[in-house]
Amino acid sequence: MSTTLPAYDPAGADLVAPRALSRRARGADAVFVHSARLVGASVLVITGGVAIFLGWQAFPTLQRYGWSFFTESQWQPEADVIGIAAVVVGTFAVATVAMTIAFPLALTTALYISEYAPARIKPTLVSLVDLMAAVPSVIYGLWAYILIMPYAAEFAVWMDRNFGWIPIFAVRGGDADSAIPLLSRYSFSAFCAGIAVAMMVMPMACAVMRQVFSQTPPGEREAALALGATRWGVIRAVVLPFGRGGIIGGTMLGLGRALGETIAVALILAPAFDVKFRVLEQGGGTVSALIANRFGDASPTQLSALLAAGLVLFLITLVINTLAAVVVNRSRSGAGVEA
Amino acid sequence: MNTTAPEVSTSSTIGNGSTTGSGSTTEGVSTSSSTGDGSATEAPRTFLPRSDDDAPPPVPRATLGRMTADERLVRVGSWVSALGLAWLITQRLLPLDGLPWFLLTWFGLGLTVTAVLTLATGTRVEAVDRVAGSAITGAALVVAVALGSTVVYVAVKGWEPVSHLNFLFSDMAGVGPRDPFDAGGIKHAIIGSLIEIGIAIAITLPLGVGTAVFMTEVGGRFARIVRTVVEAMTALPSIVAGLFVYTVLIVTLGYPRSGFAAAMALSVMMLPIIARASDVVLRVVPGSLREASLALGASRWRTVWHVVLPTARSGLATALILGIARGIGETSPVLLTSGSANFTVTDPTSGAMQSLPLFIYSNVRSGDPVAIERAYGAAFVLLALVLVLFVVARLLARPRSGTRRPLFARFRRTVR
Repeated sequence: MSTTLPAYDPAGADLVAPRALSRRARGADAVFVHSARLVGASVLVITGGVAIFLGWQAFPTLQRYGWSFFTESQWQPEADVIGIAAVVVGTFAVATVAMTIAFPLALTTALYISEYAPARIKPTLVSLVDLMAAVPSVIYGLWAYILIMPYAAEFAVWMDRNFGWIPIFAVRGGDADSAIPLLSRYSFSAFCAGIAVAMMVMPMACAVMRQVFSQTPPGEREAALALGATRWGVIRAVVLPFGRGGIIGGTMLGLGRALGETIAVALILAPAFDVKFRVLEQGGGTVSALIANRFGDASPTQLSALLAAGLVLFLITLVINTLAAVVVNRSRSGAGVEA
Repeated sequence: MNTTAPEVSTSSTIGNGSTTGSGSTTEGVSTSSSTGDGSATEAPRTFLPRSDDDAPPPVPRATLGRMTADERLVRVGSWVSALGLAWLITQRLLPLDGLPWFLLTWFGLGLTVTAVLTLATGTRVEAVDRVAGSAITGAALVVAVALGSTVVYVAVKGWEPVSHLNFLFSDMAGVGPRDPFDAGGIKHAIIGSLIEIGIAIAITLPLGVGTAVFMTEVGGRFARIVRTVVEAMTALPSIVAGLFVYTVLIVTLGYPRSGFAAAMALSVMMLPIIARASDVVLRVVPGSLREASLALGASRWRTVWHVVLPTARSGLATALILGIARGIGETSPVLLTSGSANFTVTDPTSGAMQSLPLFIYSNVRSGDPVAIERAYGAAFVLLALVLVLFVVARLLARPRSGTRRPLFARFRRTVR
């Protein structure tokens, strides 16, 4: 066997000349690229259209009512008095209660799964947390409405009796010190709604935190152990500082979801339109519950006002979610955020 | 130079114990300096530890992974003692009735007793470690109890209506809300939910996955804009999505409130979720696979269709199913765009179409005890539906290799 070299052919020399290369897609590729771009554009139109439409529809309302739309607390379209001060405060009250309950539970559950749980059951626990996130919100609403609310009302009476001197725990007309307090004043409150919302946002925050904790560099963990740290010492010195971005980001993602939650709140919270910070007291309102309760009998002007309220809600959640994504992405942990 | 002292036996183990080892070393140094013939030329030497017959036997090292009997007793004992103490306090001393107070007191006392007992024998660091471990485990238990109580409570309360077969196979047409469970059911709600979610899938699957393909495979400045907008729209509250479709489709265009409008509202809500989740999945497909395919002469279209999408298939399925699980349980968009109906509607283009979450919501809102029982039945069915979807998603997302194997996968294997 011998290797034969191709004979040099002067006539074909121009074949090795530089040739033009193009990044432009041709044939089936062009169809693919253009149709993919079309799909992307249509999704951009659909999703971006919602935001633009909200702004467009909200404009007449904002023009008409001006700043009073944000400072007025009553929602009485018949009297031409419309404002979202009470519901915005109520939205934040419910979300604050929810995060006060959900944050410690999410953090400790994430720590338990990533640090304490036996390796054998860890994947199952992760699946269970994901399953918790997939349970429909109406079911949590039902659970909190029927099963939890009696206990929550009793707890609220106890809080009022012992901590009623703190303004946010006071309940007007609750008669906490009497033998039989008026339990209905303590039910259907922002606190009860917050419990249901906490169940919804806890798994979401927990999933983000756990993912960040599990990315802790094993070298640093082992270094802390080699220096004689206990398990809690490792958590405090390595895991928590490393996962700080995930903790903040997960909490804010949960907060964004808590602000927009509708059905559990509409089910539990008795509608009331006064600006109040007393979370244990019956009655309140959130932007989303307002929309759910008032869309049916709304005239076109009212619909525009509801859309303006929806726009405010969307902008608040958008800012919080964006901040969460920025915090998680810029932190050392840099974990992806799954909504 | 006597490097090997006659009394050093090879059997003297190195890890015999730190006290005997260091003692023999100092002894060896002193002998070498006394007998050495010129310290300038002396090279550093190695001294083997001598076995010391009089030394106490080495203490067995505490096992690293497992707790000693002592430690286990302290941990368990403190919780048992706290149990008794909690009973004494809540039932005999203070007027704190009820199970919640008892559990709360038990938990608080358990932490205190653990801290005190550990401090009696150990240091502050150990006490903090044990208390933190107990507190974290306890809080995780609280979450587990909350999830378990939700599922069990709904299952127990919903079993009564579901155990009647007609609950699944007949609708509420002509059935009053107070009628017994022998009459009426949620067939219309199940069918409505399935039709609505089916239409929503038909819209969101091609659009969502197509957008993800566009964002990862085509790229460019426009793709970055799309990605930014899609990520921003995942923040859209579901009620606002419902309100959007209500205003555009029903108020402006005059379309009737129907299953199709509900499906559109669900699509607007699910589209960013599915697109973003698929984007995350497609981004982790190794670039070397794409390059290998392109280097073999495949076009970009064939690379996507035959390499990228099959590689990410399980992840895409998970993204889709999790999106469906979110969509099927979402009440507020459906509430706005499709009213309740008591009868079965199979035509999505006209007339109100009932769906499971809406059935639950309106029945609970009615306040009637029998209606609420029916709502529990529907919640049970909805929960079971979500659970099935979820298990399917997990099975699809299971990694091929046996590195990570959830419990139910092992269960499946044993069953087989």
